[in-house]
This record gives sequence, C-alpha cells and structure tokens, in this order.
Amino acid sequence: MLAPALAAAAILVLLPVLDTLWLSLHDVILYRPRSRPFIGLANYTRALTDPVFWESLGNSLVWVICAVSLQFTLGFATALLLNRSFAWRGIARALVVVPWALPSVIIGLIWTWMLDFNLGVLNNIGVMLGILPHSVPWLAQSSTAMGGVILAVVWQGFPFFAVTLLAGLQAIPGELYEAASIDGAGAWGKFRHITLPGLAGVIATALLLRMIWVANSLDLILVMTGGGPGTATQTLPLHAFLTAWSGGNYGQGSALAVLLTLLLLGVVVTYVWRSRAE
Amino acid sequence: MRPIKRLLGTELPVVLILGFALLPWIWMMLSSIRPDAELTHSPIALWPQQLTLIHHIELLKRTSFAQNLRDSLIVACGAVTLGLTLALPAAYAFSRFRFRGRNWLRTQFLVINMFPVVMLILPLFVLMRDFGLLDTYFALIAGHATFTLPFAIWLLTSYVDGIPQELDQAAMIDGATRMQAMLLVVLPLAMPGVVAVGIYLFITSWNEYLFALMMTGRNVRTVTVALQLFIGENQIQWGLLMAGGTLVALPATILFLFAQRRLVGGLTGGAVKG
Repeated sequence: MLAPALAAAAILVLLPVLDTLWLSLHDVILYRPRSRPFIGLANYTRALTDPVFWESLGNSLVWVICAVSLQFTLGFATALLLNRSFAWRGIARALVVVPWALPSVIIGLIWTWMLDFNLGVLNNIGVMLGILPHSVPWLAQSSTAMGGVILAVVWQGFPFFAVTLLAGLQAIPGELYEAASIDGAGAWGKFRHITLPGLAGVIATALLLRMIWVANSLDLILVMTGGGPGTATQTLPLHAFLTAWSGGNYGQGSALAVLLTLLLLGVVVTYVWRSRAE
Repeated sequence: MRPIKRLLGTELPVVLILGFALLPWIWMMLSSIRPDAELTHSPIALWPQQLTLIHHIELLKRTSFAQNLRDSLIVACGAVTLGLTLALPAAYAFSRFRFRGRNWLRTQFLVINMFPVVMLILPLFVLMRDFGLLDTYFALIAGHATFTLPFAIWLLTSYVDGIPQELDQAAMIDGATRMQAMLLVVLPLAMPGVVAVGIYLFITSWNEYLFALMMTGRNVRTVTVALQLFIGENQIQWGLLMAGGTLVALPATILFLFAQRRLVGGLTGGAVKG
C-alpha cells in the first residue's frame, strides 16, 4: 500500500534532487538542449567567486533573522493575549489566521499597493499623521526595499506563531499557575518560571520550522520587488531561481540551489533530531 | 477596576493586532469596489465616495480571468484527487504495519518537506521540458504533489492512528480484504481528517505561484500567475488587480476558516509534540 506513494515520492522528489546534483556539475543552458557537457565543480567555483552570491547570502541572513524574530515576537504576544479570557475570544482566534490563508502573490500585491509611492495608503497615513515628511518610494529604493518585503512576510507569518504557541500555552496545566499564586508568585514570576519553561520545546520547534520555511521562500519577494532594486532584496533562493529562470543557466542555478541546501542542512538536521527524540 | 484593566490590558491590544491582521485584507476588498477616478487620485482618500462593481465585471468579461479561475479549479481538484489517492494507502500502511525502516521512512517524508523549493523546481522543469509535458494540467498537478504529498501523508497518518486497529481486524475476520477494511471501515471513520487534508491540498495548490509560473503559461494559466501578469503591462490597473485578488482570496479564506480547527491542530501538531 505504501508502494504508490513511495514511487511517487521517488519520481517527484528523489529524482529531482539527484537531478539537481547532476545539473549542477554540467553546463546546462536551456536553449542549448543537445549539449550539456560535464564541467566538474566549475559552477560551484563560479558561484562562490561571484560577489552577487555573497550579497545574496547577506540579504538572506537579514531576511531570515528579521522576519523570524519579528514574526515570533508578534505571534508570541498574540498567543499570550488570546490565551486570556474575554467575551469575543473565539472570533478573535479565528480571524487572526486570515493572513496565513492568503496566497503569497496576493499578499505581495496588497503590500505593493499599500506601499506605493503615489497611491499607497501607508504613505498617505504617514504624511497625514506627520510621521513622514513626504511620500517614500518604499520598494523602489534600496535602503527601504528590504524593510518593505519583511513587513509583508511578518504579516503573512505571525499567525503561525500565534496558533502554535497558543496551542502550547493551552497544554500547560492550570494547576501550576494556581500553586504559584498560593506561593505568592507575581505575573512576571509565573511567566518566567512556568510559561517559558513549559513552552520552551514548542518555541524551539516553531522557530526551527519557520526559519527553514522563510529561508526557502522566494515567491513573496519575487512578486514585490523581483530581487531589486539592483540586488537589494535578492536572497539566495531567489538568486538561484533567477539565474535559472531569467538567465536560462540551469547548471549554475542548480549549483546555487545545492549550496542553499547545504547551508540549511544544519537547521534541518536539528529539527529532525528533535522530532525523532520525542 | 477589573473590567477596565481587562479592556486596556487585553482587549485593546487584541483589537490592534486584529487591525494589523485584517486591515490590509479589508483595504484590498475596498479598493476593488472603488472607481478608477478614486484609485488614481493621489493622495488616496481613506473613505470611498462611491462604490462600483465595474472592476469585477470588467475582469470577468474582458479578460481571461474566468478561464484562469477554471484552470486553477481543475489543478486544485486534481491535486486533491492525486494527493488523497496516494496519501491514504500510505498513511494506512504507516499506521497499521510494523516493518523495518518504518520510522526512518516517516522521517524521510518529514525531511522532504524541508528541501528548498528551488532544489526541486529547477530539475522538474528541465524534466517536464524534456518529456514535452510543460503547459499541461498534469505537469502542475504533479509539481504540486512534490511538496503537498509528504505533509498529507504525515497528517493523515496521525488521523488513522486515532482509529482502533480492532475495527479493521474485526472486519477482516468477517471476511473483508485489507483494501475493503481500509476503504469501508477506516475511511468513513477518518472522514473528518480526510476532509481536512483535502482542504489543505486544495488551498496549497490554489495559492501556489512558483510552479505555476514555471510549468504552465499559455494553454494552462492559473489565477496567481494571471494576476501577476496584470502588473507587467505599462500601467498597473490596481482596480482590476484588487478585484482579482479578492476573488482568488475568498475561496481559500472561507475554506481555511471552515477547516481551521482540524487543520491548525494538524499543522501545528508536529510543532507542539516536539
């Protein structure tokens, strides 16, 4: 009964992964399908000596660290708030996940529209409230473009942390808090000694999962800036994708994909090791 | 004192967070029903003066969007069918049989989910191109299976685990085959889980952009790719774009809210267990 799924997984996943390795060792240009000569590690050395690679790697680090830490902070605050009791808690819990259900393309479009230089509502509000002296072309200048795409990905991803951590909070037995109250613990003491230790496992797993996801994702940036202006928002997966897709160089693109996978391997291994230890 | 503290300390921050979560979405819907005169006036007015359905009508009548919606629907339904057909037997086997390497295999399915999409999409594109399968429904449905299948199997296995083994054993003592036990005994009981996984498969495929961009384009074009193409033309028609965004977002949002409880439980189950 496993056979069909295994066969499908082999064809759809294992084969492509091996194929990527093969492609990365050959000179594969799309419009030259007859000639795909073996060139050893040339794609890799070319990638590693290209300054764009290091720039993309730097962008990737900024992207992952900022996006995940902001998503986590906002999601954690949301989870703590939604764990308290108030009359319309049920509906708040349901509605907070809305951004998570939307396609990346639409999220990209919404934020591009709201951040627009002339017609963006955020510029309008900012100028009206006196926060901004004048309209800012958020996505069109390299100093602010990364901030713009990070804002969009934080919006998309914080509900994940909110629901994950909320589920974790609900699993902490209420008696612990009651006992702490009797012993005279304050709100901070309870948070520090019951909530945080009780949630540590969930937090670690959620952070690892999200880091992998954010590090791999490229559709949001592709839609909003296409990596630009210049290479200001070009992350490593986007660099790999564009090298193959727009540049037609599938050998080079595959080598970049393999390098990204190797860089992520540490995080993935940690995650798998943790989930097997359960 | 207490109600005021709750209002300021809990309800007000929740309102702010919900505002952050919902206002961009509301702004999209609002923009889709305002005339072009308002949308092209800088600075844009926060409150609409006039409401119109002209963008929605134009989108469905004058562009290929209705066709794109159909393509997206076909691909998403195909992804659900393929996903469930492959995942249900696999989940059943993982849940019921004890064989060597079972845990190792389950872990492999977890690992697959973490591979960078570019690592899979580039060779799949070259493969599909070499086999002349580009721009077909099949290419996209199979492409979507690469990242939905592992998760569907993993999610379904936990649902099947919740159904007592004694039930299939009883059915088999009464003369049912394995297949019959799975389809006639376990499947009906696992239906809520199967529906949740089906909805997950549908939403993921419906929302997907990158595979659709690479694998299809001329004959088959899904809504996510079609929307993005509206931008490419000289002047961005925000009214049309927002109308399209609203129409595309609606099914996914409704389905997600409908299946939320089960889905979130399953989606985060792995994270919570760890």
